[in-house]
Amino acid sequence: MKDSNSRKQGAASPCAACKLLRRRCAEDCVFAPYFPAEEPHKFASVHKVFGASNVNKMLQDLPEHQREDAVSSLVYEANARVRDPVYGCVGAISSLQQQIDALQTQLALAQAEAVHMRMRHYSSSAECASPSTRGRRSHNHHPKSSESFWH
Amino acid sequence: MASSSSYNSPCAACKFLRRKCMPGCIFAPYFPPEEPQKFANVHKIFGASNVSKLLNDLLPHQRDDAVNSLAYEAEARVRDPVYGCVGAISFLQRQVDRLQKELDAANADLIRFACAGAIPPSPAPHAAVVGTPRQRGGGGGGGGGFYQTPHSNYTFPYNYHCPWNGGYNPHGGGGDM
Repeated sequence: MKDSNSRKQGAASPCAACKLLRRRCAEDCVFAPYFPAEEPHKFASVHKVFGASNVNKMLQDLPEHQREDAVSSLVYEANARVRDPVYGCVGAISSLQQQIDALQTQLALAQAEAVHMRMRHYSSSAECASPSTRGRRSHNHHPKSSESFWH
Repeated sequence: MASSSSYNSPCAACKFLRRKCMPGCIFAPYFPPEEPQKFANVHKIFGASNVSKLLNDLLPHQRDDAVNSLAYEAEARVRDPVYGCVGAISFLQRQVDRLQKELDAANADLIRFACAGAIPPSPAPHAAVVGTPRQRGGGGGGGGGFYQTPHSNYTFPYNYHCPWNGGYNPHGGGGDM
């Protein structure tokens, strides 16, 4: 009893990973800093999708300062895959790409319309300013100016 | 001697795992022997056992897409062990935000043009926003009805540093999902 107590790590309870894996949480447990006991679901989804062994290898291959971000992204991917077993977070990429296409189209149209409005306004302002053009029908210029703009 | 699979050679998965490729091999339809890297990546990131469980839980017509998305994620993770394809999501989300802001500004400009009937000298890189074709047809509601975009169902909580300057595509082509 005393030996097992002395062998126990400083943490009060095993991390979520070691709890799920039902193993002793060593002091240098690679999972412990990133999978606290209070967040069991975090490791559960990562384990389900990637497997503890793979996650262990991935974290071991990274320098310590990168591991937190790596775990965050793995958790994100794992949760996405649990929610959507077919597409996972690739579904999000597809959706975002479609959004970007739609936004770019709308923005291009908006900007084109604005230029068109600006052209119309300038041409009507120019006609008002010049009395010599009063004799001409002002609307005759609009189709020409718009045609030259659009073509 | 008899090959247990319908192919002359075992599938990429069974080749990698050095096992007999049986007729009902779950991997065989999706990991042909000509694409060994595909299974190698998937095995490295997800593990054969997890992939097998996942595929068994899906309907047959869903498995092709599932394997493609797993292969995409695995390749992204091999290329970027820290962020994987989540880095791409972050990058794309920022693009969406930027474009949305530009569109909002353009819409605001158009509203100003429409209301004032005058065009201020706008030095802004974004031109005034268009009234939507829908608005022209129906007359819209007061000042609204300009271009709107569908809201994303994905909220991305992280702010990752993105190594990409342009679009992200580990396969070098368009998104084929």
